Amino acid sequence: MVIYLPIAEMSVNLFLLLGLGGAVGFLSGIFGIGGGFLMTPLLIFIGIPPPVAVGTEASQILASSSSAALAHMRRGNVDLRMGMVLVAGGFMGSALGVWLFALLRQLGQIDLVISLCYVLFLGTVGVVMLVESVGAWFRRRSRPGTFARRHRHLWLHGLPFKMRFHRSRLYISALTPLGLGFFVGILASIMGVGGGFLMVPAMIYLLGMPTAVVVGTSLLQVAFVTAVTTYLHAVNNYTVDVVLALALIVGGVIGAQLGSSAGARLRGDQLRILLALLVLAVCVKLGHDMIVTPSDPYSLASASHP
Amino acid sequence: MRRPCGCLAPTAFLAVALATAPARGEGLVADLSEHLIAITTAFVGTDVVLFGTSDGGADIVVTVVGPRQNQIVRRKGQIAGIWVNRESLEFERVPTYYAVATSAPLDQIARADVLARHELGIEHLRLEPVDAAGLAESHIDAFREALVRNKQRQRLYSSAPPPVSFLGPSLFRTTLSFPANVPPGIYQVQVFELEDGYVKDAQRSALVISKVGLEADLFDFAQQRAPLYGLLAIVMAVSLGWLAGVIFRRS
Repeated sequence: MVIYLPIAEMSVNLFLLLGLGGAVGFLSGIFGIGGGFLMTPLLIFIGIPPPVAVGTEASQILASSSSAALAHMRRGNVDLRMGMVLVAGGFMGSALGVWLFALLRQLGQIDLVISLCYVLFLGTVGVVMLVESVGAWFRRRSRPGTFARRHRHLWLHGLPFKMRFHRSRLYISALTPLGLGFFVGILASIMGVGGGFLMVPAMIYLLGMPTAVVVGTSLLQVAFVTAVTTYLHAVNNYTVDVVLALALIVGGVIGAQLGSSAGARLRGDQLRILLALLVLAVCVKLGHDMIVTPSDPYSLASASHP
Repeated sequence: MRRPCGCLAPTAFLAVALATAPARGEGLVADLSEHLIAITTAFVGTDVVLFGTSDGGADIVVTVVGPRQNQIVRRKGQIAGIWVNRESLEFERVPTYYAVATSAPLDQIARADVLARHELGIEHLRLEPVDAAGLAESHIDAFREALVRNKQRQRLYSSAPPPVSFLGPSLFRTTLSFPANVPPGIYQVQVFELEDGYVKDAQRSALVISKVGLEADLFDFAQQRAPLYGLLAIVMAVSLGWLAGVIFRRS
């Protein structure tokens, strides 16, 4: 069954969209990730214009992260104070990101910048995660019960505007989470991702937050930032397709439920090895596409004025 | 322009025998099976039949020209091994869609200057840069060819012209096909009757392609009331996420 997407201005098979949403939802259920970094490239691969893929994906991540954030808040796993500082940074980052997005689109470089960001961040995160998880797997097999030191003193901790975060048991400069939120906000609006894959490691290693509140707090930040990103893309770039979003959300919700029950049966370090390989596969595919000679070096772009 | 009646005589009897045939000397009459193509939820492209009568004996060329827009063509080049958009050229008033149907190969119907005057055939489309100052003709040609090639790949410019077939000496028909990605707007359908290499008669009619129903409403809503659309997109996402949470917590 084919449906016409009013903003993307193209016809796509509805079951393909539900299937994509379901498959990515399944993986996000298994790995506990948002899945934006998989969905946005997949949408581009099936021919959705990159700006529409990025704008629409923000609204899908909003759907999944807002309900997950609510669930974490009910369980008390959210540092609200920290969340608000991250969100404030995220709002500013998102506003700058959407503005940059429109500028790059006008210059004809948006597709390249999206791909470059993906290759850079997925490559780094994938390699770090692979090294860490393979290491953890070997350590567990040789001698269980060794822990890495969580909290280290970095130059970041010397910054001014110190703030007390009770829930995270931290007394650090507010500039660090503000800057982190800002940076992830830019990436979220340019790459069409929630940014959890960067946010979670940064909160653990850079801010030194306890793991128990990291996931809930990052989901809170992702929900607020994707809400603002959705709005700004809709207003500035007219690139949010609600029909596409609806199909992806419905598929994603079902997939995520199936995935989380499947994920419960796998062990943590094995999951992280699989996720790292998945991240690297997307990275290699996108990097390959940038380097290989295009079938036609020429492409069309609509002029802004008639 | 009417042809002299004497020439029509041999074919007139046959023409009259056809129910839809014109009286003698009616000249060129053509019409489309539809004047409105509605892009609905299930739109996968469509065919429109054009039929008409001429006085017979002449060649028929049908062109369909979509709404014109300026079009940027970009060329990638390698920087440090990565393919990057480098040069670009903006063409003026480029048809978003162009199709041609002919009763005989165009180069056998008329000379190039005649074809160019009426923009008959893709190679005779007027595709000129907004600002050609200081640009080599070969540079412009490369971008122009790329423009046509990309449009053909998107199936918005016809690659192989469909035939105009004669069902009798004067009754002709052709099928115009529009792909699913056809841009909405007002399309000009022109029927030319050519004889001895010159246009003898021509007729123009409009074809409207427009989004209707929910698609049109959503598109207009997104363009004209973007802030409200953005807010509603947020509300939809959050409430669907919340609903899913409620449903799956129960089961």
